[in-house]
Amino acid sequence: MKSRLPVLVAFISGALMILAFFGRGTVVDAVSDRALTWQTIVGGFSLLLGAVSIARVHWKKVATRHEDRFYSLCLLICFVVMGGSGVFYGIGSGTLFDTLFQRIQAPMMSTMFSVLAFFIASAAYRAFRARSASSAILLVAAVLVMLGRIPMGQYIYHGLPSWADWIMTVPSMAVQRGILIGAALGAASMSLRIILGIERTYLGRG
Amino acid sequence: MNIVTHPKSRPDVIPADAGIQRVRAALDSRFRGNDVGGVKAIRECGRRLSAAEQAFTGLITIVLTVQVILPSVSTGDGQLAGVFRMERINALVLSVVFGAAVLWYIAQARRGAKMYVRPIPGLSAVDEAVGRATEMGRPVVYIPGTGDLDEIQTIAGLSILGRVARVTARYNTPLRVPVLYPLPMAAAQETVREAYLDEGVEHQDPETVQYVAGESFSYSARVGGIMMRERPGAAIYMGLFTAESLLIAEVGQSTGAIQIAGTAAPDQLPFFIAACDYVLIGEELYAASAYLSGDPKILGSLKGQDLMKIVITVIVLAGVLAITFGQNPEWLTAIFEAK
Repeated sequence: MKSRLPVLVAFISGALMILAFFGRGTVVDAVSDRALTWQTIVGGFSLLLGAVSIARVHWKKVATRHEDRFYSLCLLICFVVMGGSGVFYGIGSGTLFDTLFQRIQAPMMSTMFSVLAFFIASAAYRAFRARSASSAILLVAAVLVMLGRIPMGQYIYHGLPSWADWIMTVPSMAVQRGILIGAALGAASMSLRIILGIERTYLGRG
Repeated sequence: MNIVTHPKSRPDVIPADAGIQRVRAALDSRFRGNDVGGVKAIRECGRRLSAAEQAFTGLITIVLTVQVILPSVSTGDGQLAGVFRMERINALVLSVVFGAAVLWYIAQARRGAKMYVRPIPGLSAVDEAVGRATEMGRPVVYIPGTGDLDEIQTIAGLSILGRVARVTARYNTPLRVPVLYPLPMAAAQETVREAYLDEGVEHQDPETVQYVAGESFSYSARVGGIMMRERPGAAIYMGLFTAESLLIAEVGQSTGAIQIAGTAAPDQLPFFIAACDYVLIGEELYAASAYLSGDPKILGSLKGQDLMKIVITVIVLAGVLAITFGQNPEWLTAIFEAK
């Protein structure tokens, strides 16, 4: 039963979405709209699962005096303050929740995003070492594209921007499309397997 | 990590109807090493639905009918006129051809035809990576992508998680699965629990699969923290990734972990290739569950997929030749035109 019910739900949901894509008319549209509304509601309620998971994991660390308990305590305090301010005072502009989000959380997220620049530099340094013929080709292509995309490239050689465009629109695009076609077929095949109940490995039953 | 050996019973696979003794005997035989007979007997018993199971299935069908279909019919005009979107006929034809090819090869596989799948080095390296983490006494970090459960790449990631969890359970290696959304968390918890049960252990550590954050960069910060503090021996990333891919993979790289990644997002592939030891590219991610399970039915679907790839290649080549020789066959482009 535990494996039949998810497979049944997957079949009904998948068949419904296929009908909605190819079908026309108020009945099909209304059924698929209602199913999507259900999905949104279930997704919303599932946030409770996440909140319980966070509270349980970090409370355990505090209670058992784990070496990382101070991080966990900090997280629990933030969790209660942000959640409480949102529930009791609202989330509109100018509220405590909004202030905490705009002044603390948003800058921290921006900081994480900006760190990406340093990670790209370190990853590029490793990737662009010419240790083999293929990595040498990668290095030359990357240098041409990077130089072709900045104003200085045009001063070095006026044809560099068009070379960079050619690399991006012909070989790079061809490879990307090949990957996309293969991935799309793989996704369609896997969807079919899931809808028909052939693929059940995602249920933990390999 | 709190793992309790549970050799005697597996209540989740024991049906409530008659035959329970047979299942128990089958399980006992399995734990004695006679695996094949046990699994066969379990499957045989599982085919019979008990009265309670039938009632539950019926209830679900009634609820779906009353709550979804009937209200929709009553809000609509009930007419079936103009039920098909003719502008999508090309997609329907391609889908039917593709579906038929997949089903035909699945039927072939069921009849015993041998299916070959080329080796995927990234997947072959999973056991090696977990073994290395075990030798070093370090955990394995597994990330099933940063998409929600409605994303097919997340499902593919969860499929591979089942295999990884089985190997970590076998070696008693700690596993960490931080997730970005609550629904994949619930699915991952179930996948890990089932995988551990398959290896004969009951999994009880709530920290294994944990919800971390609902926002991408907060998630990256937390995952980076886990990696820096716990120093995993292996880090595996399978599923949909966006801007956080390099933030996570570079931190993993700096900890010296063996890194295996797989995604069908072309924008993130270069980052993984730069930061990871093995990368599953595009369709390899979806083929992974077939490769790992070895199930001939799933392998058959890969064969159908390959046939469709040949069809598409032929059509693309025909288009290239037509354009090269100065033709512009609109009917050819209309085959793939999305509406």
